[in-house]
Amino acid sequence: MTTYHPEITAEIVAEHGLSVEEYKLACEIMDRAPNLLELGIFSVMWSEHCSYKSSKKWLKTLPTEGPQVIQGPGENAGVVDIGDGDAVIFKIESHNHPSFIEPYQGAATGVGGILRDVFTMGARPIANLNALRFGDPDHPKTRHLLSGVVAGIGGYGNCVGVPTVGGETNFDPAYNGNILVNAMNVGVAKTDKIFYSAAGGIGNSVVYVGSKTGRDGIHGATMASAEFDDASEAKRPTVQVGDPFTEKLLIEACLEIMSGDSIVAIQDMGAAGLCSSSFEMASKGGTGVELDLSTVPCRETGMTPYEMMLSESQERMLMVLKPGREAEAQAIFEKWELDFAVVGTITDTGRMVLKFEGETVGDLPIDPLALASPEYDRPWHEIEMPAAVSIEPDGNVKALDVLKSMMGSPDLASRRWIWEQYDSTVMADTMQKSGGDAAVVRVHGTDKALAMTTDCTPRYCYAHPETGGAQAVAEAYRNLIASGAKPLAATNNLNFGNPEKPEIMGQIVGCVKGIGAACEALDMPIVSGNVSLYNETDGKAILPTPVIGGIGLMKDSAAMCRIGHKEEGLDLVVLGSCTGHLQQSLFAKQVLSNQEGQPPTIDLEKEEATGRLVLSLIENEMVEACHDISDGGLIVSVTEMAMAHGIGAELNIAESELGQLFGEDQARYVLATNDSESILLAAEIAEVEATIIGKTKGDALTLTSGASISLSELSAAHEAWMPGFMEAPVSREA
Amino acid sequence: MKSAVIVFPGSNCDRDMQVALREVTGKEPQMVWHGDSQMPNVDLIAIPGGFSYGDYLRCGAMAANSPIMKEIVKQANEGVAVLGVCNGFQVLTECGLLPGALMRNASLRFVCKDVHLTVENNTTAFTSNYQQNEPILVSVAHGDGNFFAEPETLNKIEGDGQVAFRYCNADGELVARANPNGSVNAIAGIFNEQRNVLGMMPHPERHSDKAIGGTDGGRLFESLMGALS
Repeated sequence: MTTYHPEITAEIVAEHGLSVEEYKLACEIMDRAPNLLELGIFSVMWSEHCSYKSSKKWLKTLPTEGPQVIQGPGENAGVVDIGDGDAVIFKIESHNHPSFIEPYQGAATGVGGILRDVFTMGARPIANLNALRFGDPDHPKTRHLLSGVVAGIGGYGNCVGVPTVGGETNFDPAYNGNILVNAMNVGVAKTDKIFYSAAGGIGNSVVYVGSKTGRDGIHGATMASAEFDDASEAKRPTVQVGDPFTEKLLIEACLEIMSGDSIVAIQDMGAAGLCSSSFEMASKGGTGVELDLSTVPCRETGMTPYEMMLSESQERMLMVLKPGREAEAQAIFEKWELDFAVVGTITDTGRMVLKFEGETVGDLPIDPLALASPEYDRPWHEIEMPAAVSIEPDGNVKALDVLKSMMGSPDLASRRWIWEQYDSTVMADTMQKSGGDAAVVRVHGTDKALAMTTDCTPRYCYAHPETGGAQAVAEAYRNLIASGAKPLAATNNLNFGNPEKPEIMGQIVGCVKGIGAACEALDMPIVSGNVSLYNETDGKAILPTPVIGGIGLMKDSAAMCRIGHKEEGLDLVVLGSCTGHLQQSLFAKQVLSNQEGQPPTIDLEKEEATGRLVLSLIENEMVEACHDISDGGLIVSVTEMAMAHGIGAELNIAESELGQLFGEDQARYVLATNDSESILLAAEIAEVEATIIGKTKGDALTLTSGASISLSELSAAHEAWMPGFMEAPVSREA
Repeated sequence: MKSAVIVFPGSNCDRDMQVALREVTGKEPQMVWHGDSQMPNVDLIAIPGGFSYGDYLRCGAMAANSPIMKEIVKQANEGVAVLGVCNGFQVLTECGLLPGALMRNASLRFVCKDVHLTVENNTTAFTSNYQQNEPILVSVAHGDGNFFAEPETLNKIEGDGQVAFRYCNADGELVARANPNGSVNAIAGIFNEQRNVLGMMPHPERHSDKAIGGTDGGRLFESLMGALS
């Protein structure tokens, strides 16, 4: 073992991201000093990315169960029953750090990784979504990062042939040094054909399939668990390179082998590659594992066991096969021109034993390492609700001028420039893509459809984390409802700064509490998720950004609802009550540069009651169009509805009623209907406030004072910003 | 009408094509793996969209040299109908069954959107269910759909009525804004001289279902059904 056993110095320990205490614990577990390979394994298994050591205590408080849940957190992805023997399998995951360093490959491999998490479990992936956050549009790096990330997401998703159907993109200076790239994938499987990762069967073969192992991405998981500084650019070699063509072959080969019964367990090689996949499979199965690293397919010669174990080369899977089924499996992978190698066996020793060229190069106890994985109760400050501020614009504010500038602002402008680069219609089941409330994808060969959305409002989370966490869930819920789907479950991606700072830990605790309460009240258990911490550069943290990926089910997709009304003369009805809440609104931010005060209150009971009412109205075909009210308030929602088909609206609201127009009170929807009488009656029975606010009419938006703005003017402003921003000549001064 | 769909490693619209053909013809199309050198006896060979061999070389260049293509070229020359969509169109130009080439989009970006096409020639097996010059709605999704041919070839394509579709606006007008990729003369699809081979960048198979985008694309398969059954 001498070859791989250089003196472990304090520097080497620190380079591996382990604290002195953690190193001591590792020595105790080993009953000796670990060698370099073993130290590398401790390093990645105990990294924040793999161990959730800062967040575990709080993640445990989230609701994860329900009659619809087949598999909650802990597997590659969450699994939820959608009836008729079908299941939806989904998860969201971050690729923030790599995407900042190398935007195209960082984002592309983010998509590839989340796809593997889903098809590892037996699902055919049917949709990609994402949630992106960039810095100030004026920051010199923003355009470079945005164009690279979008091209990377498209480059991967388009090639594998899975439609990218939705997402959100926002800008804030807080993300100047740490962009967020969260990728979500949704797949569909049969409930009796779901594959898990727990190894089993002593003596069974451990099989490696997919691409060869190269030297890329070594220590990616450790990098993703540290703050950035000016030297982070030098970490480019830790970013992996994606090959979507191989991924496509891997999807087809895996689904082909999964249609038979030769697999005992399967796990993708994601963060920390072969190390974490083999370790986790053995740990979950309560077995040991022995790997002969001489048999690992390598891209280059001379790779060391350390490199093979920690490489994050993409498009690879590890499987445990039933005895004697190797030849059958090999034939399938060879047909798809993929590597196939038996690299080890399942043992009963409870240890991970690594051999290379006949020598034992590593030998670690599995359970003690996994169980001793650090769990911190980091100190945190409760973040109190800020004092209320009064938002009082002067009397000269012209609401419709404000509306026009808002519709053309970085916060609200059309993201068409982005989503037209994504193949959103491949697989020919996309019923609704980006631009509406939720994306809707039909379950192939059925009348059912799944609605899906990603949501978070970081400025609310920053003002008051608990409210912001709950609001992210509530908004996802509303988007699903507005498309006509019953919300089923959610996945979350918790993006925060350095958890070792009590105020950041306070944001995490607050957001998780809010998410938990909302998921409980709205019956949307969290079935999978990911945590990304240390999103800080030179001590400056991002806004707390707990992204919620929501999934809803439409039993009859014919009842699907869209945001745009197609005719004149419909009544516009608002469900939900409005206090004119302008604190923390886009209006306050844009008109008054005021980002103080309280976020809008989340009343979960009201949210649930209003959502239930809207869904029943849509299912009973009483609604021609429906849109939730969120960023920018009622007038922005009505504008988006009107722009969809170029049919305007006449509203019974005066231009001076800024709170009514721009207030961001929650739990509200706008409905276009030709049966407002029945809707008002149903709302009265459900004890939900309902108000007729106007009628669809003409090709402009008109307020009671007669103030009016044409839809073509609004659309032009809305569509112009992003192409203008992205395609403007590069300034030499920047 | 009997049909076959060719599957290359990296094809990703093969299932969509299979579903559209099944719905229109009522018969299960045969899925033919690229490594096969035998083609079943069919009335229509469809080469679907996707990223054959990852498109890591020039789009369609690798697929054009795969074993099954020799047989497809032979059958096309014998008059069997061949439809290439998106990557399939690229394969058909690469193997010489169709003239011209598909270059990187003028924007240098992938583009996925609904587009309108004018039907330029409704006297073929592929287009007889359309009105001449009718604008139809389908969608494009490609990074390399910028059709180009040098002037002599272009004159011949235009003069012989080999242009199948052009990008237009909803009113059927050929305006620059309607051209999603910079194709010369707004060409979206072309026939060979014999009119038994059609290559097109837009995806008719994605517009073959009322619940998903509309049925203007499905009418192309209905035309074939009428002509080849």
